[in-house]
Amino acid sequence: MTDVNPSPEGHGQEPSRRDFIYIAAGGAAAIGGAFLLWPFIDQMNPAADTLAVSTTEVNLADVAEGEQLTVMYQGKPTFVRHRTAEEVAAARETGPNQIPDGDSRNLNLVEGSDATDQHRSAMAAGVRDGVEVDATLRERFIIMLANCTHLGCVPVGQSGDYHGWYCPCHGSHYDTAGRIRRGPAPENLHIPPYTFLSGTTIRIG
Amino acid sequence: MSGPSTYKPSTGFERWLDQRLPIVRLGWDSFVDFPTPRNLNYWYTFGGILAVCLMTQIITGIVLAMHYVPHVDHAFASVERIMRDVNYGWLIRYIHANGASMFFLAVYLHIVRGLYYGSYKSPREILWILGVVIYLLMMAAAFMGYVLPWGQMSFWGAMVITNLIGSLPIIGGPITELLWGGFTVGNPTLNRFFSLHYLIPFLIAGAVILHIWALHVPGNGNPTGISVKSSRDTLPFHPYYTVKDGFAIVVFMLVFAFFVFYWPNALGHADNYIEANPLATPAHIVPEWYLLPFYAILRAVPDKLMGVLLMFGSIGILFILPWLDTSKVRSMRYRPMAKWFFIFFVVSALILGICGAMNPDDPSPFFGMSYLWVARIFTAYYFAYFLVILPLLGFIEKPKPRPASIEEAVLGPRAHAAPAAAE
Repeated sequence: MTDVNPSPEGHGQEPSRRDFIYIAAGGAAAIGGAFLLWPFIDQMNPAADTLAVSTTEVNLADVAEGEQLTVMYQGKPTFVRHRTAEEVAAARETGPNQIPDGDSRNLNLVEGSDATDQHRSAMAAGVRDGVEVDATLRERFIIMLANCTHLGCVPVGQSGDYHGWYCPCHGSHYDTAGRIRRGPAPENLHIPPYTFLSGTTIRIG
Repeated sequence: MSGPSTYKPSTGFERWLDQRLPIVRLGWDSFVDFPTPRNLNYWYTFGGILAVCLMTQIITGIVLAMHYVPHVDHAFASVERIMRDVNYGWLIRYIHANGASMFFLAVYLHIVRGLYYGSYKSPREILWILGVVIYLLMMAAAFMGYVLPWGQMSFWGAMVITNLIGSLPIIGGPITELLWGGFTVGNPTLNRFFSLHYLIPFLIAGAVILHIWALHVPGNGNPTGISVKSSRDTLPFHPYYTVKDGFAIVVFMLVFAFFVFYWPNALGHADNYIEANPLATPAHIVPEWYLLPFYAILRAVPDKLMGVLLMFGSIGILFILPWLDTSKVRSMRYRPMAKWFFIFFVVSALILGICGAMNPDDPSPFFGMSYLWVARIFTAYYFAYFLVILPLLGFIEKPKPRPASIEEAVLGPRAHAAPAAAE
């Protein structure tokens, strides 16, 4: 046994077969353990059924001018707002250079598009082939995730300093295009991907 | 655990057991004959009180889990069923809910004791760090437990706290989704919070065992901060401190029972009796009282990420406190300057708590300044206390003369002349 036991006298000699087995077994256990760890982390991510229910259809004809519908998309509240002509005009007076977040935050557009009202409204959404959508309807409607970009509360509609949305939790003011104007929220309200399936129906997701 | 064991097995069975599993010896040396400084005051009873709090929470929690349903459709109703239909369910739930507040009340007094008497200083740094670990685990358990009834405050509290993590660059988003198990706070979140809420108390119990172990290596600190020098400085833990701790526990239980029986919802929030509604946020969301100072620190910073980092930093800084305090004198009894800075530190932590409960833009009675600005001033003091005042005071301050021994502190300087009379 003396030839395979590591001992102070043996220091600096050729590694024994026991050293090799010791390191190989330890290495295999460490790498195997790391591989086994991943399933135990990944199980916490959204499950297949959670991912499956990820689109929501909305009939815009149900939302009268000046009204707001809150629908659930991927479990998240989502604003479907039919704005008045005055609200659209007010939003267009403010350009992307005059506000804290100049990014449109719109997943229907290429990344980095600027936050003009046109880029925020349904004008930026896709339309299914062969479908015609009224231009006024597209500039009036705005569809956004209802969670404040600060810490996720749901802002209250038609309130705040800019008559858009106001988050009561920590005082973020959004304008009528859902763009952050004042308060701790870092970004404009996020716009999910959505498409016009017909002249009045959209599918979010 | 320190020093040779004095346990003498008295019966044949005890001798037989002691050779196989010396568990009675462990208990004897730890809680009967353990030499304890003779001058401990009532500030030193909160350790025992906290052990009772932990056991109370575990026992009531196991019972509540027998009736609670961790599903978004049934959680709120199952809690109401516990309150109305389950035999003594109201009692058990009120003990558990108020028990959390009592636990934090006791832990804050325990921490204040440690800060004042320098309990974190050499050779008790590991003991202190284990205490901070327990405190962090307690906050995690309390937060997840508050989510379980699935009321409005549960839901929106969970939303705000999980979104805090989302502010971290790059990894924030994926980590939040991992915590949620979906795209927002939902059923998977509630389910896993229940699982973890059940787990954490046992992690706390494990950390408490290490905490007591680390306490019993150097032995207790004491109000003078002077190390134990001879057996004349100490008393056996039993009966002297079992009785003292026992009395303190009874008094503490009076306060506990007052809340449970006469004021059970005083420390909660009325909005949590409204079922969670993901479509509407309550007008004013606040955390439970014991987290308010940290909430105030979070809101004091205009930048989201910096606010989050500062909030975690305010607790993280406790880990390095033993190395920030440069004074060799443990007890602030003999530190004329540190004592006042410390009292002001406690006051500022309380003021931060008030700021956390208020609307940040409202004016305060403090020169009409908004609560936001009050929070900013006291947040600055909170960090200055640890990062500037304690490191500098060790060099500036001239400590007062200290007694030569614990015995002298208790019995006066003549004790050495007549040691026999002291017995």
